[in-house]
Amino acid sequence: MDFEPSSEQQMLIDQVRRYVREEIIPLEAKLDPDASELPPEDFKRLTDKTKAMGLFGIDIPREFGGPDIDIVTRVLLAIEMAQHRAGLYVPCYGTFGGAGLAQIFEANEGQKERYLYPTLRGEKKAFFGLTEPSGGSDPARAIQTRAERRDNGWVLNGAKIFISNADRAQYGIVFARTDASKGRGGITCFIVDSDTPGFHVRRVVHTLRSSHYATELEFKDCWVSDHQVLGEVNKGFAVANDRLTRQRIPYAAGCIGVAIAAHEMAVEWAKMRSTFGEKLANRQAVQWMLVDNEIDIRTARHFTLEAAEKARRGLPFRTEAAIAKLTASEGGGRVVDRAMQIHGGMGMTKDLPLERWYREMRIRRVGEGPSEVQRMVIAREILGSNLR
Amino acid sequence: MSIRLRLDKPWRPLAAEEVARLPGQLGVYQVGDAQGRVLFIGQAGARSPFGLRSELQRELAERGAGCQFRLEVNQQYRSRWFELLMVHQADHGRLPPDNAENPPPNLGRLSPS
Ligand SMILES: Cc1cc2nc3c(=O)[nH]c(=O)nc-3n(C[C@H](O)[C@H](O)[C@H](O)COP(=O)(O)OP(=O)(O)OC[C@H]3O[C@@H](n4cnc5c(N)ncnc54)[C@H](O)[C@@H]3O)c2cc1C
Repeated sequence: MDFEPSSEQQMLIDQVRRYVREEIIPLEAKLDPDASELPPEDFKRLTDKTKAMGLFGIDIPREFGGPDIDIVTRVLLAIEMAQHRAGLYVPCYGTFGGAGLAQIFEANEGQKERYLYPTLRGEKKAFFGLTEPSGGSDPARAIQTRAERRDNGWVLNGAKIFISNADRAQYGIVFARTDASKGRGGITCFIVDSDTPGFHVRRVVHTLRSSHYATELEFKDCWVSDHQVLGEVNKGFAVANDRLTRQRIPYAAGCIGVAIAAHEMAVEWAKMRSTFGEKLANRQAVQWMLVDNEIDIRTARHFTLEAAEKARRGLPFRTEAAIAKLTASEGGGRVVDRAMQIHGGMGMTKDLPLERWYREMRIRRVGEGPSEVQRMVIAREILGSNLR
Repeated sequence: MSIRLRLDKPWRPLAAEEVARLPGQLGVYQVGDAQGRVLFIGQAGARSPFGLRSELQRELAERGAGCQFRLEVNQQYRSRWFELLMVHQADHGRLPPDNAENPPPNLGRLSPS
């Protein structure tokens, strides 16, 4: 496969690269190193700019008003968008918009009116509520939140943990068990408004990420109508699985962007810094770290573009997405770690973005399915699907 | 596992000698009036030259005598700061007066049990 960008793709890449370097990086100098949002006036000014560039909401399909950019191009752009301090989790501080929750594109017309269109207009935000205290790697077995049939609707009881953005969202996609006798065939997906009585965001879950935090949820006799079922009753696991698989590709792209930025910083530093009368760049020990960085970045880029290309062509890409997520999150973590080492003491400080990337990259080996689960997905492909 | 949502340590006087002894660490703090009414919830982030000490020195210089403070050393100073603001809002129906003048964008909502 040829992964060299076409001239059109290169033009978009250059546009986004300029935007990141001229608009985002200088603004970050004024922000707290852990900040994940811009002051409202900067956010508005920059969002107007991305709209004028025709790149607002790049993951929104054309039928819903998006610019119709294919997934391979989106990966190439996501790699650029991540190359700044907050980039790994909040590429360009959300100024390129984005639907966030692709599965509501599959919602019925009433749900689209109520949730999808306001989300696309930026009036509503959503969360994705899958993980529970009983586990996130194997949700088909772990989900204990129950939804029981009552009064033309459902009553939800249970808890979720590690849910990003739930305290700021107007609604969320929540997975609950509707048939206790079945595993993955007994889970239903509900759209829950945050002002529904019985829905509570109990606390912030503090992680090493600090700014873009997760939360703990409780459902206490929380009644939702039949209209709130997304898709079909007992078919919710497929919705979750589809979202997780798709999400792994942009997730990998973000890791690659940060790895490229960290590697560039390490190369510059190695050429500039001298010890024992010699530039660091002349030391084989340092050169080899840079070589390993290059290999980790190219490997992750290759596999992520391969996964995106399969998705673009409508081919199965589950294994490829797992390989992309694995190589990018693990390789990206190694690159940032080596870049910190080459920077010595400076690498440990909050003066540089490396320590933030180091912490966020560590989370990426667990979030959206831990590395071990990605390996399990790949092993099933190698050994046969009857392996459970 | 018990998780402390509220910052309920004893108040200390916001005075030069108290503040001079503070650590140069990251964290969160509250400033209260003489009756212990929370006026402001702040954070000492990486841009504070001496962390909590410099933030509370600044508070003292701006507010003068008669206030109190309490603090928590915390590496997760931003998520903890957001959490304290949201818990205050849930408990009192509004932000502390000095935060209400300049609230952080997109502050979320909690309903702590
Ligand atoms: C900051 C943050 C934000 C998050 N945001 C969200 C969100 O918005 N929505 C949401 O639903 N979830 C979210 N998550 C949850 C995340 O998806 C889960 O943490 C993750 O899927 C792992 O689940 P778990 O933590 O329950 O670990 P467990 O499932 O308990 O697994 C623990 C560990 O066991 C190992 N393991 C598991 N299975 C296997 C296996 N088959 N073979 C070998 N080893 C294995 C892995 O090392 C794994 O890390 C978030 C997590 C974090 C940290």
